[in-house]
Amino acid sequence: MEIKEIIQKTNAFLAEEFEVSPESITPEADLKATLELDSLDYIDLVVAIENNFGFKVKPEDFQGIVTFQDFYDYVIERVKQKELV
Amino acid sequence: MNRVVITGIGIYSCLGKNLEAVKDSLFQGRSGIVLDPERKAFGYRSGLTGMVDRPELKGLLDRRARLMMPEQAEYAYMSTREALAMAKMDQDYLDSREVGLLFGNDSSAKPVVEATDIIREKKDTMLVGSGSVFQTMNSTVNMNLATIFRIKGVNFSVSAACASGSHAIGLGYMFIRSGMQDAVICGGAQEINLYAMGNFDAIAAFSVRESDPARASRPFDRDRDGLVPSGGAATVILESLESAQRRGATILGEVLGYGFSSNGAHISNPSVEGPTRSLEMALRDANLQPKDIGYINAHATSTPAGDASEAKAIYSVFGECNTPVSSTKGMTGHECWMAGASEIVYSMIMMQNGFMAPNINFENPDDDSAKLNIVTNTLNKNFNIFLSNSFGFGGTNSSLIVRKWE
Repeated sequence: MEIKEIIQKTNAFLAEEFEVSPESITPEADLKATLELDSLDYIDLVVAIENNFGFKVKPEDFQGIVTFQDFYDYVIERVKQKELV
Repeated sequence: MNRVVITGIGIYSCLGKNLEAVKDSLFQGRSGIVLDPERKAFGYRSGLTGMVDRPELKGLLDRRARLMMPEQAEYAYMSTREALAMAKMDQDYLDSREVGLLFGNDSSAKPVVEATDIIREKKDTMLVGSGSVFQTMNSTVNMNLATIFRIKGVNFSVSAACASGSHAIGLGYMFIRSGMQDAVICGGAQEINLYAMGNFDAIAAFSVRESDPARASRPFDRDRDGLVPSGGAATVILESLESAQRRGATILGEVLGYGFSSNGAHISNPSVEGPTRSLEMALRDANLQPKDIGYINAHATSTPAGDASEAKAIYSVFGECNTPVSSTKGMTGHECWMAGASEIVYSMIMMQNGFMAPNINFENPDDDSAKLNIVTNTLNKNFNIFLSNSFGFGGTNSSLIVRKWE
């Protein structure tokens, strides 16, 4: 999967799942603040990633993620690992 | 002891999604029963059910609130919105008082089944998502509504099978009468999805008169062959008379009596003695004689055993008075956990509008129902006091008496 495609897909499900405007999602924006994530929402983020990319995530994986760019990097890395397998 | 009045009612049922639509259905004797082909494909012996659409809550509630709600909580939100608006209790009022919330609910099948399916398939509990746990619990209606409306008073669910909604109102009445609460939002909610009713279908509780859905639910009729499941939600706002008068609320009625009993016998077979004791207790509590009751909304689910025992109980207490009786379940089917609350709302609508809704599909009496004065066609008649019965599996009985406010 191309990086551009991964980012587009990620933006689409984040906007849909968390009901925020697509314009508010930019690489440098704060993920938690923009999506208004509370502790329960991280569970739904796990579900959304599984449903969209088919790999398993743990909530602790999000600990180092601050911006959307961090999140894209994480998803891209995991998609690549999956494709290598 | 405080007097307890009703200042708001709300309804979301197979007879209509608001009070006005439900009033028309009741007056016209219009059934809300359909044949659901999905049930037949799923393996049901009977595909009959009352049907109501899920409400569109996007725009009314935020994502987090919607995610936490099973269908019966959505119905309860709609009926409660309507009841609160009628009572003129806005969010500022709820924020500044200790208003209570008591709802009848006795199952939440669909979220449990769906979560289990996901875990079985994915081998990962986290993938059921964050909303599931709050949807699965029996108290789901209370936890959702209490959060949405920022409730500060008493807050728990009443599980008493098909008497749940009636006991919720009875308990709300007791909390207010004793002075422990000024106002309590009471009600009942019932899921309609096909997962909820499979085990009832298993014990052959349902009518199989599938060729004519609107005529399948036949309370008190000699040729009845079982109940028809249904659902939705109903809300009744109870308030102390002092509180209602202090804030200038429009008072609709007064709860005069609550009676209850346990049969203490078979888990599914009803008795005559249990319901009779519930009826007599409600009359004693209200300090009324049988002749004072103008209309009885019977529990009468359209099962031969249940209807017969209730007919005997009603006759033993009201036989000499020839009190008009009807069961709205001919139109609604059996709204189970919600029925005790919805039938108070239906009866309130009738009392306010001066008519008695017909017990539709009552064509031929049996030995027991022949002794009752069953309303078969819409009766344009004013009445000032009604009694509503609810009887549940396990032998739990509840009777409520309400008087018109004039």
